[in-house]
Amino acid sequence: MPDTDGGAAAPPPDHRAAARRRRVRSIGGTLLSLVLTMLGLLLVTFIIGRVMPIDPVLKVVGDRATQAQYDAAYQAMGLDQPLYVQFARYLGDVLTCDFGRSISTGQPVVNDILRVFPATFELATLGTLIGVFVGVPLGVVAAARRGGIVDQVARVVALVGYSMPIFWLGLMGLLLFYGILGWVGGPGRQGIIYDGMVPTVTGLILVDSLIAGDWAAFKDAFSHIILPASLLGYYSLAYISRMTRSFMLEQLSAEYITTARVKGLSERAVIWRHAFRNISIPLVTVIALSFGSLLEGSVLTEIIFSWPGLGQYITKALLSGDMSAVLGGTVVIGTCFVALNLLSDILYRFLDPRSK
Amino acid sequence: MRHLLTPRAILLASALAIAPAAWAETPADTLVVAHTIDDIISLDPAQSFEFSGNDVNQNTYDRLVDFDPMDMEAGFKPSLAESWEVSEDGMSITFRMREGVKFHSGNPVRAEDAAWSLQRAVQLNLTPAFILTQFGFTADNVEDKITFDDTSLTLHLDKPYAPSFVLNCLTANVASVVDKETVMANAGDDLGNTWLSNNAAGSGPYTLTAWRPNEAVQLAAFEEYWQGAPTMKRVIVRNVQESSAQRLLLEQGDIDVARNLSPTDVDSIASVEGVKIQDEPRGRILYMGLNQKDPVLSNPAVIEAMKHLVDYDGIAGSFLKGMFVPHQSFLPSGYLGALDDNPWTYDVEKAKKLIDDAGMSGKTIVTKVRDLREYTDVAQALQASMAQAGLTLEIQQMTGAQVLDAYRAREVPVFIGEWGPDYSDPNTNAATFAFNPDNSDEAKATGLLAWRNAYAVPQAMNEATLAATLEQDAEKRAQMYIDIQKQYQAEAPIVPLFQRIEPTGLRENVQNWNSGRSVASVMYRQVTKGE
Repeated sequence: MPDTDGGAAAPPPDHRAAARRRRVRSIGGTLLSLVLTMLGLLLVTFIIGRVMPIDPVLKVVGDRATQAQYDAAYQAMGLDQPLYVQFARYLGDVLTCDFGRSISTGQPVVNDILRVFPATFELATLGTLIGVFVGVPLGVVAAARRGGIVDQVARVVALVGYSMPIFWLGLMGLLLFYGILGWVGGPGRQGIIYDGMVPTVTGLILVDSLIAGDWAAFKDAFSHIILPASLLGYYSLAYISRMTRSFMLEQLSAEYITTARVKGLSERAVIWRHAFRNISIPLVTVIALSFGSLLEGSVLTEIIFSWPGLGQYITKALLSGDMSAVLGGTVVIGTCFVALNLLSDILYRFLDPRSK
Repeated sequence: MRHLLTPRAILLASALAIAPAAWAETPADTLVVAHTIDDIISLDPAQSFEFSGNDVNQNTYDRLVDFDPMDMEAGFKPSLAESWEVSEDGMSITFRMREGVKFHSGNPVRAEDAAWSLQRAVQLNLTPAFILTQFGFTADNVEDKITFDDTSLTLHLDKPYAPSFVLNCLTANVASVVDKETVMANAGDDLGNTWLSNNAAGSGPYTLTAWRPNEAVQLAAFEEYWQGAPTMKRVIVRNVQESSAQRLLLEQGDIDVARNLSPTDVDSIASVEGVKIQDEPRGRILYMGLNQKDPVLSNPAVIEAMKHLVDYDGIAGSFLKGMFVPHQSFLPSGYLGALDDNPWTYDVEKAKKLIDDAGMSGKTIVTKVRDLREYTDVAQALQASMAQAGLTLEIQQMTGAQVLDAYRAREVPVFIGEWGPDYSDPNTNAATFAFNPDNSDEAKATGLLAWRNAYAVPQAMNEATLAATLEQDAEKRAQMYIDIQKQYQAEAPIVPLFQRIEPTGLRENVQNWNSGRSVASVMYRQVTKGE
């Protein structure tokens, strides 16, 4: 044992250089694969958008336009060029951070995304937090007391979460908590009187109102976000708690757990210090995936709660053949997933002693 | 510490003091409207052609002539133009400008501004420009054809058009009078199109304080408005897509007006205390277009039969209840020359006999229908009655954009959809339903409904439609349209079925709401909120 310790503490110089080279190469490889992934994503989205039987020109000039107006717009949008030229031109613009102009809002896509993405991000983050802080303990307890009351309840909760249509739950939630009980704010991100009162810094109203020191605006925004966030949280909770439970069951049947128990460790220490620490790595992946899918924007939730987020934006853009907006949104979602992957990679390093 | 004293903080403090409960009322001088406003692309009057964009511009701009929100039946009335005079030969109209009217910027409204506004709409030649260019204006000649001096503006027309036709077109959003000095100070080389897309420079009762696409529009009262400052000092229009969400907001009193309530929600809200429903006829016509390229549908007996296969009263009384009323002529009621006869009745037996006699029984038609509940429901009702009469209708549901593409390519056999008038003159519908000078594919007259359905409009009807635009006497003109519509009902394969009714949910205290009826867009300046 001392030998290995010594070796790890002072590896030979050439070994260290080789490790560094390997690391650089692996980072380079990761970057390359990221770029290729994004490129592929853009290409596929672009082609789907162009072969869709929807005429974006009509959206611009309207149903009643004359042929001359139509042709002028057709050329102005560059649609008379071959597909590969259009794509190359688009890529060039993207590299300079120009995502073009959305034809369904008339605004630059960058401005649109800066407006809609924070709304989705705020909702998804709160939803995931709820999912994690309720779902993980629920899953752990369900596994520890397998077949017990908590396990049964967790199973029903998860099943309902999987099978209930979100728009129905959303509407019922609104009806009950807003319509009848009046505990939460209605659809929208803010009450009308607070609309436009808090200066935009991050676009996250909860954060912005704290920065501005508007406690009332914060309370109002919170009362509006809590219901849709709980709803999304419920769905990610259902997923996270099921995954946590099955990870835990796997660990609890392992031999080292039996050893620990035999050594007389308390059940709490066995579960949290031993088993739970070992499932934290796959759990991070599960949470990151669930967060990522919420970041795409949940269209139905956004529509029901009049939440001006990314999901609604992209869906509407897709339905009107607004490719600049769709591609811009795709880039954002792609970047989110890439960033989440990187983040979970970094977390692995902290959680997994072997990767240090 | 300084920020504690800002007006915002004071407002917040007072809001907190008076609104501790969730059942907060909206402030007494603020009108809060829930509406689907995700169709706005541009707020430039020369470009906007969407319902919600026009709703905004109706209130931020004035036009030479306008409707009076409290007396819509009177038709257009003097607005920025105090009076007008038609020349002896009918070839020009001179408007005398009202004096002392100011733009939001404080600049006076001059004849020059009015002339420039019309000229720039023609020069930019964006979607709604045709409303003006149909009088012979082109980008090249418009500066000679629209002239002005210190007190008046003159339109020089290419034909002696009916004055009611020209004036009705001037009530359209594209004819809004724009503040030339302000726009030029902000304009690039596009006559201010980009700037005006996000800003307003008008003289209307409201100024635009904010527009966030797909989210909200905020308006503030223009205190120096020439017809008196509006009572509602702030108007906030929020984009709320779901009817049920609008209903909840209205019931809770968080909004004053809900504009997209579904029939179900209208029904159930009618009994709620503190809320009322106001029905208004709108200009849109739901019609059935029978494509004359189709060998079955081009048979006159089948055309006649199809008119008897729509259960007009049944449909209007069930799934279109509160949204549409039967209306079988192409001019919506409320228009000059509107015809309120509904000659066709639901009669499957008669239709079956017609189809049998024509030897068309057993034929199949495959059509495309937009996936909007109203249209698919009508299509399915039609499918059922056609089956009884011996015809099979296969329905492919698709998005609006897909159906529109196919329709413009003349590839929809049975079209079920709506047509909304472009301006408040009967010619807007006559010129598309009953006018098609060249029915060949090469003509590519994609804007004409008659062409899209390959309906070769008889020469006499084409001529009558044109003649009606020149008739100087408004009463005779109305009669001409009635005659055209009667002939149309007798033979045309495009069958008007229903006229749109718009129910608006209002808090009990909201008075004088006006969505614009069939001829205009929403108007806020006359709205008040009682106790």
